[in-house]
Amino acid sequence: MSELILSAKGLVKTYQQRSGKYGFGSTTINALDDVAVAVRRGSTLAVVGESGSGKSTLARCLLQLQPLDAGEVYFEGSNLAGLSGSELRGARRHLQMVFQDPFASLNPRMKVGEIVGEGLLIHHMGNAAARRDRVVRMLERVGLSQADMQKYPHEFSGGQRQRIGIARALVLEPRLVVCDEPVSALDVSIQAQILLLLKELQQEMGLSYLFISHDLRVVRHMADEIAVMHRGRVVEQGDVAQIYADPQQEYTRKLLNSIPGQHRLAH
Amino acid sequence: MNDLLRIEGLTIAPAADPQRLLVNDVSFALSPGKTTCIVGESGSGKSLSALAIMGLLPSALQRQAGHVIFQGNDLTTFSSTQMQDIRGKRIGMIFQEPMTSLNPVLNVGFQIGESLAVHLGLGGKALKSKVAALLEQVGIPPERASSYPDELSGGQRQRVMIAMSIACEPAMLIADEPTTALDVTVQAQILSLLAELKQRMNMGMLFITHDFGVVADIADDVVVMFRGQVVESGPVSDVLGRPQHPYTQALLACVPDAAGLKPLKPIDYAWLNEAAL
Repeated sequence: MSELILSAKGLVKTYQQRSGKYGFGSTTINALDDVAVAVRRGSTLAVVGESGSGKSTLARCLLQLQPLDAGEVYFEGSNLAGLSGSELRGARRHLQMVFQDPFASLNPRMKVGEIVGEGLLIHHMGNAAARRDRVVRMLERVGLSQADMQKYPHEFSGGQRQRIGIARALVLEPRLVVCDEPVSALDVSIQAQILLLLKELQQEMGLSYLFISHDLRVVRHMADEIAVMHRGRVVEQGDVAQIYADPQQEYTRKLLNSIPGQHRLAH
Repeated sequence: MNDLLRIEGLTIAPAADPQRLLVNDVSFALSPGKTTCIVGESGSGKSLSALAIMGLLPSALQRQAGHVIFQGNDLTTFSSTQMQDIRGKRIGMIFQEPMTSLNPVLNVGFQIGESLAVHLGLGGKALKSKVAALLEQVGIPPERASSYPDELSGGQRQRVMIAMSIACEPAMLIADEPTTALDVTVQAQILSLLAELKQRMNMGMLFITHDFGVVADIADDVVVMFRGQVVESGPVSDVLGRPQHPYTQALLACVPDAAGLKPLKPIDYAWLNEAAL
């Protein structure tokens, strides 16, 4: 077993939601209710669950994009919640994110070269020529070309935009990448390309992934371990093959049983 | 012929660009009480084909050729008034996004009752009890008739859509990606509801999807579309078990399996262009 690159425990996050007639009331939503997860170096932990289960909140809270109500997040030994603003910015170089919607997550007014190179600029990595060189190499690695640097996001298809999003995250040579539903907006053939690309890059760059997904077939292919979330709690966590073969919790069983393609309903 | 629906040589192109065929010579048939799945990637023409059946193509698009034979009548010769009598009464429809297909300012009971009032002339108590019966049939407590769409979950909204679409007991149901926006456990419930209703009412179902898992669960026959054309069609066991066309084979190879045993293989479009099309 390899060492942990990220471990979090006791995570709590609540939201207030308006409720009742005309929204005058207020209810508390427990988005994260005493959640603990851990990612091993070089491996993939998939967080699965249905909408509202808290999986995206978990991703955002782990990266400190949203404040936690309670809990600790250790990344390579240091508690992210205890870092100052500038220390956190430094740590973010090693903690990158690939988003679900390749249409909404790329600035439409920036050229691809600027989008991918922005992180290098922020983290003062190399001079202009060196930065440009890294951007070109990264774009080529994800299947785009140097000429694409001068184009805008709208000139690309959904799959190509997701490649841009991956290049933007990986050009900083991060250690942990949080992928929040990275293929759920894509056609199945494009989805296969992107999943394979993510796997290859993981091997080449020694990346660790926290992979958020609602698609249990995709997760089976990507993950080493999974954490099943339901209503803000992790109900089951462990080796992916083991859990798929022999789920211990009723909810996990129900989820796995709902994967289409297993039961004929027609007759 | 005892086909419920027969599509013959359907061809659709933008009016402004008649050379660009979005649907190209598409033909297939649907029997009563059976489910035909149209499967394909985005842009393959599967939704346009369904819209053309209902006479609901966007005005910028044109049916250049082809016939839609429903219960022996060619719907392409029908006037728009005649089509109104088909839509919602003889052919029901369900769409992908249950929130945008429901009117947010009307309660769901009213919306389910609307087609009953229009097509069957029901009113008053008869209408109310029929709406209650429909809600019960799709697994929603009848007292929810007074609820508004935003008070229901995604799965409940899709159940309301289903209740609306089967209200007039149509001979055929067109479902365009009805479970794509739903969670997997809710999807499983909606699919079994549709299969059960189809059987009980002996409806033919034309089901549009991009998910081969869903196809395996519900289809009797499968039509595979690629770039506006039907590349393969036949019984589900043949198309999924022994796919003949290189595109079908390639598309199946890029679907991850739940057991995680099969290596993923993306489609090599360049190869497809040369080898097959």
